[in-house]
Amino acid sequence: MKRPTQKSEGRAYKRLPRRALVLGGLQAVFIGGLAARMRYMQVDQADEYRLLAEENRINIRLIPPTRGRIYDRNGQIIGQNSPSYRIVIVREDAGDIDKVIAKLSELIPLTQEEIDRAKTEMRRSAPFLPVTLADQVTWEDISKVAVNAPALPGVIPEVGSTRQYPRYEDFAHVVGYVGPVSDYDLSQIEDPEPVLRIPRFQIGKVGLEAKQEGSLRGKAGAKRVEVNATGRVMRELDRQEGIAGADLQLSVDADLQQYAQARLAGESAAAVVIDCETGDIRAISSAPSFDPNLFVRGISVADYRVLTNDKYRPLANKTVQGTYPPGSTFKMITALAALEAGVIAPSSTVYCPGHLKVGSRRFHCWKRGGHGTVDLETSLKRSCDVYYYDVALRVGIDKISDMARTFGLGVKHDIPMSAVAAGLAPNQEWKQRVHGQDWLVGDTANASIGQGFMLASPLQLAVMTARIATGRAVSPRLVRSVNGVEEPSGAGEPLAVNRNNLEQVRHAMWTVSNDRRGTAYRSRIIADDFRMAGKTGTSQVRNITKAERAAGVIRNEDLPWERRDHALFVSFAPYDKPKYAIAVVVEHGGGGSKAAAPVARDIMLQALYNGTPPLEAYPAADRERIKEQQIQLEGDPRPKARPDAKDRA
Amino acid sequence: MSYLESTVKSTPSGFRKILYLNWPLTLLLISVASAGFLMLFSVAGGSWTPWAEPQMERFGLGLTVMFIVAMVPIWFWRNMSVLAYLGSIALLVFVELFGTVGMGAQRWIDLGFMRLQPSELMKVTLVMLLAAYYDWLPSQKTSRPIWVIIPVLLILIPTFMVLRQPDLGTSILLLAAGGGLMFLAGVHWAYFAAVIAAGVGLIATVFNSRGTEWQLLKDYQFRRIDTFLDPSTDPLGAGYHITQSKIALGSGGWNGRGFMQGTQSRLNFLPEKHTDFIFTTLAEEFGFVGGITLLVLYALILIFCMVTALSTKDRFSSLVTLGIALNFFLFFAVNMSMVMGLAPVVGVPLPMVSYGGSAMLVLMAAFGIVQSAHIHRPR
Repeated sequence: MKRPTQKSEGRAYKRLPRRALVLGGLQAVFIGGLAARMRYMQVDQADEYRLLAEENRINIRLIPPTRGRIYDRNGQIIGQNSPSYRIVIVREDAGDIDKVIAKLSELIPLTQEEIDRAKTEMRRSAPFLPVTLADQVTWEDISKVAVNAPALPGVIPEVGSTRQYPRYEDFAHVVGYVGPVSDYDLSQIEDPEPVLRIPRFQIGKVGLEAKQEGSLRGKAGAKRVEVNATGRVMRELDRQEGIAGADLQLSVDADLQQYAQARLAGESAAAVVIDCETGDIRAISSAPSFDPNLFVRGISVADYRVLTNDKYRPLANKTVQGTYPPGSTFKMITALAALEAGVIAPSSTVYCPGHLKVGSRRFHCWKRGGHGTVDLETSLKRSCDVYYYDVALRVGIDKISDMARTFGLGVKHDIPMSAVAAGLAPNQEWKQRVHGQDWLVGDTANASIGQGFMLASPLQLAVMTARIATGRAVSPRLVRSVNGVEEPSGAGEPLAVNRNNLEQVRHAMWTVSNDRRGTAYRSRIIADDFRMAGKTGTSQVRNITKAERAAGVIRNEDLPWERRDHALFVSFAPYDKPKYAIAVVVEHGGGGSKAAAPVARDIMLQALYNGTPPLEAYPAADRERIKEQQIQLEGDPRPKARPDAKDRA
Repeated sequence: MSYLESTVKSTPSGFRKILYLNWPLTLLLISVASAGFLMLFSVAGGSWTPWAEPQMERFGLGLTVMFIVAMVPIWFWRNMSVLAYLGSIALLVFVELFGTVGMGAQRWIDLGFMRLQPSELMKVTLVMLLAAYYDWLPSQKTSRPIWVIIPVLLILIPTFMVLRQPDLGTSILLLAAGGGLMFLAGVHWAYFAAVIAAGVGLIATVFNSRGTEWQLLKDYQFRRIDTFLDPSTDPLGAGYHITQSKIALGSGGWNGRGFMQGTQSRLNFLPEKHTDFIFTTLAEEFGFVGGITLLVLYALILIFCMVTALSTKDRFSSLVTLGIALNFFLFFAVNMSMVMGLAPVVGVPLPMVSYGGSAMLVLMAAFGIVQSAHIHRPR
């Protein structure tokens, strides 16, 4: 390696110290200049800049939009925004956080949970950002805090707005609920609007609130504000108002919904009432239900556990999400498929000895001894199973499946509720695709009476009934208007089904409810203007073994609840000029005629009379019982007068 | 020569080198970096993350690098100069082709644990190469045109490459550092007069190129110059940085608002408060006293470098030390002028204080060379 040689000769070398000093001098002058500039700004002009700093802190804040309200068809409020008071704390201003919180908790009740949560949040956010200490505070507590403001630095009472559902349980499954935006919600959205980042901004989580979030939310506004040294807003400079969310009007009648919900109480059941002319859903109840307001506030673990541990599943929306084997309510479809295909005429008969041998298996009629010679009318009236086994084998599953779809089974109806199920109307291709197996004749026999693979939701059954009643492709409509603009009607086009065949089926359904031997005769309507046509259904959830069949089928009452049959009933009324169609499913309720038909009849009458029906509309034998029931339902008003704010005492 | 004389006068070797380090300079660097940690802690709202802690780790790494570089004899570094320069040019070509695009410019190579900015490296290797060049060049040739054109080309090649990234701030610094080194080497003053005249012409050309097809600067760079010349034209847009920076700095007053009490930086009025505008936060929180203290620390670093440079008889050592000191000066002078509203916002960090790994590492390595020159000076 070359060692340095000491060359000190030459002019350029001699220049180095001199040039270094020149450059150093220049640097010194520049540094002096910087120092002078700093002195000028920080000492001479300090007051001016400090004034600018104090005065000129312009901040842009978002104004959260007002969420659209939700009304029923008559303008009764279902979802509204009510003022909510909360207490926030700014770490920077509070100084000693623990001391301030201790002082505050002497004034108003604070749980340890709330304090811990607020402290965690404070650690994570900037010191000048307000952190919510207590939400949903009563007006008295807010006043206490306001009066004691000088002793509580950094504590600010705030007025906000929160969602409130004045109908409590009645609309929990329809409207759903809102809740604060979570990190998970944000991660699901491609490019979240800035408004979603406002702490505790509420968005729809379930049901209509979630599905119609786009219309309900509105657009955020913005305001320019001047904030002082502590980040407090001193004055507003200008603002650009946002656009409030659209108000939604439902097709549901809140009073009818309330009645249906009350009538179903005590059972795990669902009822759907559809307006045959417009497809409007007049009532869509799932029982038991829950209070959506609990979820808005953030439900406690204990409350949530009660809901999830209930075997009647209050959180499940049985009207659209629950699918059940339609049982005998499906027989109209099988009959129509056979009539349309021309394999039977209304007067053709089948002999029912109580069973039919299909392949190597014996398929039983629900009536042990059989129904004897049966035509179309009798088969529906008395719900003969063998008639349908026989007819279905002649028509074939594909035509039955097509007919089911024509009537809205196995098709997902487009209504803005959560988890709307498509149900299932199976055919040969489906079984091959999903199960990889050939369709068997036994499957056809099962399907013909709405068992086996067949699945339908109460909503689908109601749509099916409305379509049978009108002969039109009625489709359900939940939202009647958005911001006063009416949504398209669900009346639908006429179905490509022979009028006369439909008339035959409708007449047979009339006999179910109005003929002495009909399965729903006991739950008929007496009022002449409002005669009802219906069909009972009892769908099995278990297999009946040969041994049990031989020993006598165990009665539902003797089985544990989970193994009892589902009870179903579909009907429309008035028979001459159908106005409403209804479907009722009582989970594990036993027989359709006993458990579902009376419920459906009561709700139907309530709808037809648009209020409490006169006792004369009921069969004479029932009137005493009905009277008691009416008094009981009226004497048990739904909880309407609950306190708005959490009871903090 | 007695035994004692020879031990004192000869170049130290082995671990004894550590004793011969320029300790005052080392302590000054540590003090400046510590001021940086304090400010990074403050701008994070009183938290070691996300800035102060990584910065401390990098400074630790930087110190290690400095010691290692210092232990290696200075003549080794002189012999490495050409290689280092060519390596830097290669890296510049690499970012041009594959670099990560950040803030509208291609500047980094992502090494995983840090982002390397070759333009930072270039500032030091250019100084090394020029120092080695003038060490090699016989003195009487220094001002001959042919021997002047060679260093000019060595300066202009990296300058244009950095300008293309585009990074106006760094390219101006390269030009100034290179020019300064030529001045130190004793090139005749007439050349500098000519270059300054040409520079004025170039600025005129740049401004005339605006809006034409051969526009030399990006639109945002023009806007920055516009708002520098008159910040009031766009107080909420591009002039926002300068206006807010001046307000924050000025409102600091004589002794500041106190540690972690700087409201302007705290309310997020300041952009880039952990990098380019960190001096504003320091001046807001510690006032004129704090700002002057930092300035004095910087000045002391320059003075110690100057003393080292003038006390050695090795020409390369002198030139490289002065060149690195000049680079350091340009760094903080441009940054401070910028935050005080004396220069346009060009994106130059405050050396040793601003958050950023590669600038700090390169600076520490450069100071390692200064230390090596100090240790291995002929006695």
